[in-house]
Amino acid sequence: MAVDLRRIKPYGDTMDDGAVQLSFSLPVPCGEEAREAARQLVAQMGMEDPQVYHMADLGEGYTWFIVYGKCMHRVDFTRIRVPKVKSDRMDFYQINEWIRKRIGRKVVVIGACTGTDAHTVGIDAIMNMKGYDGEYGLERYPEIDAYNLGSQVPNEEMLAKAIELKADAILVSQVVTQKGIHIANLTQLVELAEAEGLREKLILICGGPRINHEMALELGYDAGFGPGSLAPDVASFIVQELVRRQQGTDG
Amino acid sequence: MRDKLRLDPSQIARARTAATRIAADMDEFIAKRTTVAVERTVLRLMGVDGVDSEGVPLPNVVIDHLLQKGELEKGAAFWVVNAGVQYGLTPQQVAERVASGSLDLTSISRCDGEALRREGSRLAAAGLNRIAANRKDREERIRRLGEGRKPYLYVIVATGDIYEDVIQGKSAARQGADIVAVIRSTGQSLIDYVPFGATREGFGGTYATQENFRLMRKGLDEVGEEEGRYIRLCNYCSGLCMPEIAAMGAMERLDVMLNDALYGILFRDINMQRTLIDQAFSRMINAYAGIMINTGEDNYLTTADAVEAAHTVLASQFINEQFALQSGLPPEQMGLGHAFEINPELEDGFLLELAQAQMARQIFPEAPLKYMPPTKHMTGNIFKGHLQDAMFNLVSIMTGQGVQLLGMMTEAMHTPHIHDRKLAIENAQYIFNNARHLGEEILFRPGGRIEQRAQEVLNRAVAMLEDVEKIGLFTALERGMLADVKRSRTGGKGLSGVLEKGEDYYNPLETELRKRIGLPRREEEQAHGCGLEAN
Repeated sequence: MAVDLRRIKPYGDTMDDGAVQLSFSLPVPCGEEAREAARQLVAQMGMEDPQVYHMADLGEGYTWFIVYGKCMHRVDFTRIRVPKVKSDRMDFYQINEWIRKRIGRKVVVIGACTGTDAHTVGIDAIMNMKGYDGEYGLERYPEIDAYNLGSQVPNEEMLAKAIELKADAILVSQVVTQKGIHIANLTQLVELAEAEGLREKLILICGGPRINHEMALELGYDAGFGPGSLAPDVASFIVQELVRRQQGTDG
Repeated sequence: MRDKLRLDPSQIARARTAATRIAADMDEFIAKRTTVAVERTVLRLMGVDGVDSEGVPLPNVVIDHLLQKGELEKGAAFWVVNAGVQYGLTPQQVAERVASGSLDLTSISRCDGEALRREGSRLAAAGLNRIAANRKDREERIRRLGEGRKPYLYVIVATGDIYEDVIQGKSAARQGADIVAVIRSTGQSLIDYVPFGATREGFGGTYATQENFRLMRKGLDEVGEEEGRYIRLCNYCSGLCMPEIAAMGAMERLDVMLNDALYGILFRDINMQRTLIDQAFSRMINAYAGIMINTGEDNYLTTADAVEAAHTVLASQFINEQFALQSGLPPEQMGLGHAFEINPELEDGFLLELAQAQMARQIFPEAPLKYMPPTKHMTGNIFKGHLQDAMFNLVSIMTGQGVQLLGMMTEAMHTPHIHDRKLAIENAQYIFNNARHLGEEILFRPGGRIEQRAQEVLNRAVAMLEDVEKIGLFTALERGMLADVKRSRTGGKGLSGVLEKGEDYYNPLETELRKRIGLPRREEEQAHGCGLEAN
């Protein structure tokens, strides 16, 4: 059966069967009433024929469910628009070559986990010499001066360091997102940069497991990198954006 | 039973010798110094608690007062006990009067040395007796209720709200957890005081406070009674308040404490002098309280490659072991850490994990090794994640690990939901039960891949430890020899809280602690022995 891209819905084993698997807990004691509550809840989510396939007692009056249902809703795939980072991914050698040929000086990048965030896994993967998953980190790039400031760096300190080192780009990593703490912290950095008159001079980039490009743009950043991003993705954007800006100011 | 791996015993001995010298060298440095955190801990152990009208904890108020007067080198106990003797006040009353501004500790006339010593010893004994009673209480409860089999199932709660944590912790215990750890709010390691009272908001975790300890302890005791199994409580004895947290944990009968000698230096940029002095005192308290420490070697692998850097984990375990012994902490309380972090795409990765876990088991035979789950290579694919955790559980049961920090299928995504924990416990229980005695039936092929791998990791650890020993730990840290992180001797947070002990430094708590855990007396105590401590 042909797919109608204007009206897509989940696929299990038959086109348009709408098959969805759900797993959640409810704050009620385990029993037949709990099962029925889960079923009704899933029906309200827009599922036809909800089936509670598994139910388990979590103690303390909580119950866990695995429920299947058939989704009634559809999405028009032809109208989907997603902002993406506008740069072509280059490799380690191409990036260094690009800097030598088109920028003609070392590119300065500073990175940190800012605010109270102490989880440096992400920033380390991008910055550290060793890199991650077979891709060297920015410290290894001969044409990039990379400074990893580590964890729990206050936004003020981050900007002071950017001024001191004449940074071209700032990378902010945020892993902890509980209660939206990353949003407040990311926003504060942009506001501080604007107050200092630095915003236009810097390429501001954020990254983390719950960050995406669209959200980054909304918060006033130039780019956002989500899970799976590696040093070449970030470096490609920085060097291409630098050249774009040069061309912009040169006329 | 014959060892499964034939590791070269002379290499193990060399590693241990180097680590012993590294730690002994540091102990000389530590013996001459104290910190604001150590002094605040002394006050807490003498019963000082609560906050002033501005919400500043009273131990901080008193220590800041003495720092301001330039008189902390004598030790906080000297001034507080003196004031107590002169005015007939308890240390708590002394602290309250300092907080209200009605008492300047340094302008009170001095009582005679004998009276000071007698009162100091009495207060120290009272403080430590409370801890001893908790230890006995724990032992009795375990005798009466029983406990889970090793590897203990260790789960984390981290809602930020202690009352929510209690619900999650009790639920986890009902599902089978043996140890419940309350993750701290991100950033707590860098604040130089311990917040006060029950807290309901935190980021990525819940503040460690004495009241929060008490609430969680109560909850776990309740569920332990109902389930017929003693449930252990774990928190984080690290950061700038390391020894204070140890004291609070000991007073509220915590059972397990994350407590690494080097973690704060390497991964939180806390000043190395500060951390090394703080860890020594905190570990004495943990030793006496019967608290199992957990060390943080898993952190060496969060960015470095787990195959390439395996020897750094082993080297750190040796160093942690020796620092623990310096503080009187016996091997049975050493939950030395390591982690299952090899890239799952690597051919024979499981074989390498097995080799390393078995190696650690044989090198530290009495330690309840703390095994950490995959985190670095966990993705949003929770189904694959659940399998990775299963492989981790299988290595653990085959190699007799002591504490199993359960992997969560949602590791890379969010703090665990209530059913994530349930699935993690089910996973571990299934595999531990199903493969309970598998390890006993296996000997690894002599000269085979597993044996060779273990020996190679050991050899590299020996080389690294001997390099560190040659230049000393401080210089090694400055050169970035551990975890590829360079730290300066005077950099990082908390250096201003380090003081050299004055000639007449007085710390009756440390004296009494060292006596009770069978450690040799410090030099200043021996000096006191001639006059002040004549007994």
